[in-house]
Amino acid sequence: MSLDQLYQQIILDHSKQRHGSGLAETDAPDGTSTGQSHQLNPVCGDEVTLRLAVSEGTVRQISWDGAGCSISMASASVLSELGEGMSVEELHSVIDNFREVLRSRGKVQADPEILGDAAAFEGVARYAARVKCAMISWVAAEDALNQATA
Amino acid sequence: MTAVSTPASLQRSMHAMDNAEVLRIRNDFPVLDQLVNGKPLIYLDSGATSQNPLSVIEAEQEYYEQRNAAVHRGAHHLAVEATEVFEDARQTVADFIGAQYEETVWTSNATEGLNLISYALSNAALWAAQGRGGSALKELAIGPGDEIVVTEMEHHANLIPWQELAFRTGATLRYIPIADDGSLRLEAAAEIVGDRTKLLAFSHASNVLGTINPVAQLVSMARRVGALVVLDACQSVPHMAVDVKGLDVDFAVFSGHKMLAPTGVGVLYGKQDLLDVLPPFLTGGSMITTVTMERAEYLPAPQRFEAGTQRISQAVALATAVNYLTETGMDRIHAWESTLGQRLVKGLEGIDGIRVVGPASGTERIGLAAFDVAGVHAHDVGQFLDDRGIAVRVGHHCAQPLHRRLGLTATTRASTYLYNTTDDVDAFLDAVSGVRAYFQA
Repeated sequence: MSLDQLYQQIILDHSKQRHGSGLAETDAPDGTSTGQSHQLNPVCGDEVTLRLAVSEGTVRQISWDGAGCSISMASASVLSELGEGMSVEELHSVIDNFREVLRSRGKVQADPEILGDAAAFEGVARYAARVKCAMISWVAAEDALNQATA
Repeated sequence: MTAVSTPASLQRSMHAMDNAEVLRIRNDFPVLDQLVNGKPLIYLDSGATSQNPLSVIEAEQEYYEQRNAAVHRGAHHLAVEATEVFEDARQTVADFIGAQYEETVWTSNATEGLNLISYALSNAALWAAQGRGGSALKELAIGPGDEIVVTEMEHHANLIPWQELAFRTGATLRYIPIADDGSLRLEAAAEIVGDRTKLLAFSHASNVLGTINPVAQLVSMARRVGALVVLDACQSVPHMAVDVKGLDVDFAVFSGHKMLAPTGVGVLYGKQDLLDVLPPFLTGGSMITTVTMERAEYLPAPQRFEAGTQRISQAVALATAVNYLTETGMDRIHAWESTLGQRLVKGLEGIDGIRVVGPASGTERIGLAAFDVAGVHAHDVGQFLDDRGIAVRVGHHCAQPLHRRLGLTATTRASTYLYNTTDDVDAFLDAVSGVRAYFQA
């Protein structure tokens, strides 16, 4: 496992050009119900606040603020880009799939058909200390999704 | 006249350490002889925990192979032997820091030592309020209107126990701010430490900034107002000669695992007159004189603060670690690590986009350096270095308020010990110089 497999170009790109970043700059679309979740990793200080807007069973918008390492920031960016437009059920199932891959210590391969750009985080699963970095925004999204659809 | 030859150990103590000696020292540390990610391990995380020489590992094993028994009880051979090595270890550690045997209390680690003082002091307030423990306790009791003073650079272990002591007693917690160069603002300290101050707690050397604090000046401020002084010596006792009597602090704490010993053992030093009157923190077996169904009388220190079966093998191993350090020479270790610390800072200062926190090169610091890399999170820096076999610490290093003051959430820290060469530092610097390019920052 080389460092380049962990830090794929797509991850480095997303860590800099962050899709969906900026909660204050975006309002939730009219007619949507929203959920918001704040997650903190006390070990490294990674922090994400994520808001998710849903209407008619579809995820309309995922916005977030965060501070942390390239893995955690890129992961939030990819999630935001990937999740918008998905049905609530689809996003739940993609989150479940992402979690399974990340927690598999490299045993479960990422399927780009399901995970899109998020498949690039497959390499993170080999670095136990970094799994939480990749997961933090997805945990926030799951929590926000449950709130928005409660 | 008879020619007197100088013993080898003394000869060694007369000249400065160099890379050749360090490489010989490194041979004593089995864990350092390994490849990480296919590269030779360069261990620069001794500020978090140090490695153990073979003699320390063997001392613990030998204890279990030959002497294991509960100390201070039982008349059998093993119990006597175990008690003897356990108490000899205490004397060795006491001598190492210039303390008396009775003033040297075993703890699990420095954190427990600081909590012990914190709880003993709030227990003092409880006891005094009920007329228990005599007049000496009344003076130690902390209450509303009193102030506890810490500094802005403290490790959480020397901050939170005092926050909680203030909460339990109704006292107010205040702190001495730092200047931008990582030194304490002594002119502010002189205003903050006043008639209300009952206790002043500060670190001897900062685990993030590397600053060595002016103990004498701070102690004299505390003495002027009759406040107790607690010294967090976690980053000093392992790395330089520390004489607690010379420093005239009331309490000092440090951890074994940061000074070549195993985890699970630490030391609390306290002046005897204080330890003998303070109420215990933990109570139970081995620390009492007479017990009835209603109440108990307690032994004097150190047993007063050592409830339950103690960490015997770790104490024995810590004494072995102390002997290892003493044979190498604390002044020589301190000088060598100062060289490494300066080399670290000077090198980091020369790399584009690096901001070292704490004193600039040329100013005294211990053998560590923490820094920020522009555009790259510390966690990514650590991962990049690990890929090259270099072990450093990343994060807030248990000092969130300090990082907030510095305008950072996390830093990368390289910390050295007696088994690090200048080549280790240079390899680290070379790797750091490639970090920003790798992450396209």
